[in-house]
Amino acid sequence: MWTGGLIPVAVFALDGFTGALGANPVQRLTLQTGLLTLALLLLSLACTPLRHLTGWTWPARIRRALGLLAFGYGALHFAVYLLDHGLNLGQILEDVLKRPFVTAGFAALLLLWPLALTSTPRSVKRLGFARWTRLHRLVYAAAALGVLHYFWGVKKDHTAPLVYGAALLVSLLSRWVFTRRGKSAAR
Amino acid sequence: APVARVPAGPFDTTEPPTPYAEAAGYNNYYEFGLDKADPARNAGQLRTRPWTVVIDGEVEKPLTLDVDTLLRRFPPEDRIYRMRCVEGWSMVMPWQGFPLAALLRAVNPTSRARFVAFTALHDPEQMPGQRSGVLPWPYVEGLRLDEALHPLTLLATGLHGRPLPRQNGAPLRLVVPWKYGFKSIKAVVRISLTREQPPTTWSLAAPDEYGFYANVNPDVPHPRWSQATERRIGEPGLGRRETLPFNGYAEQVAHLYSRMDLRRNF
Repeated sequence: MWTGGLIPVAVFALDGFTGALGANPVQRLTLQTGLLTLALLLLSLACTPLRHLTGWTWPARIRRALGLLAFGYGALHFAVYLLDHGLNLGQILEDVLKRPFVTAGFAALLLLWPLALTSTPRSVKRLGFARWTRLHRLVYAAAALGVLHYFWGVKKDHTAPLVYGAALLVSLLSRWVFTRRGKSAAR
Repeated sequence: APVARVPAGPFDTTEPPTPYAEAAGYNNYYEFGLDKADPARNAGQLRTRPWTVVIDGEVEKPLTLDVDTLLRRFPPEDRIYRMRCVEGWSMVMPWQGFPLAALLRAVNPTSRARFVAFTALHDPEQMPGQRSGVLPWPYVEGLRLDEALHPLTLLATGLHGRPLPRQNGAPLRLVVPWKYGFKSIKAVVRISLTREQPPTTWSLAAPDEYGFYANVNPDVPHPRWSQATERRIGEPGLGRRETLPFNGYAEQVAHLYSRMDLRRNF
């Protein structure tokens, strides 16, 4: 899982050396790391509904890795943006505070921090399962903000961000359906 | 056609030109697709000859000219201009072309002419991007008459000493170096002088993001990003350079806007 999840990093490095990132490598890198973040986050959200739907157990086992990889690529995405702006804190702060497009992305990454920090089994034990679960519901907000960030960042053709938004919606709806069914079955 | 080499002109930048591969391989030209590499991939089918250009509207001597006739009447010269895209990247483009003013003087604008409207080719057969509704087609642009008559304003027919590549707007495109790149309409088929300010494609599509004037201005941010800096394509590494007012042509053009609020007329 981890090897697979880190392949893109190797591909980026290779492409960077061979010039395959194109005429605007920084922009390409920003876009690709952003897309990976969102895709991995949505995959991590699909694990639980998939487990309910199929009865398979492996989705639950890779969920943590998917979430952590999403966080990693999100941090890389932000790091590229920071370096691209020459660590110019004035301009970065202005972006985060004044441009909703940047605000949404920044907030999404901010929400992923506590989740990454409490991703270990030990954290679950320390927080207690109920509290840990409640905290990790932040992932829904992070994913929604991520989709919004992507939607606002696109200049004209909104097809791709809408596809990501639809995927998020399906994953949330199926989760809701399974929870309700679970509850009525328990009754 | 080979292009005569002339010594550096008064408006030429001495910055190193963006290599041909990047200048002709990284383009915004939605008629051929949304990705920057799409135009170079998809523009091959565009027929650039024969090509007719109509110059009409508020003029005393309207013209309908074949582009080769146009080139014989107005021989191209070298102009090395900075190009700043509204998306925050820039290039240095070694154009060949002739001043739009020369053509406009040849048609004698009437005293009522105040603006110049430009229309690009509309042919979904040759321009696959026009089969999508991503923008209203054809692409249209406009300038105030004094902007159009400014000696910096160019009709370009060549790049890097070669005929203009299709993905860069062949056979004939506008170049207005102190404005964001989207003002410099490609594949021009019609130039009309008008009394009223003409519609422009991007200001129709997103009026809060793209205005009629679209002068390069580091102090007026785009709603989604700052315009204070830009990335020069072809330069290695991370980092951006500062964007200059009017893309570095303030000395030549700032007087055109001396009585205007450029925050409102962005």
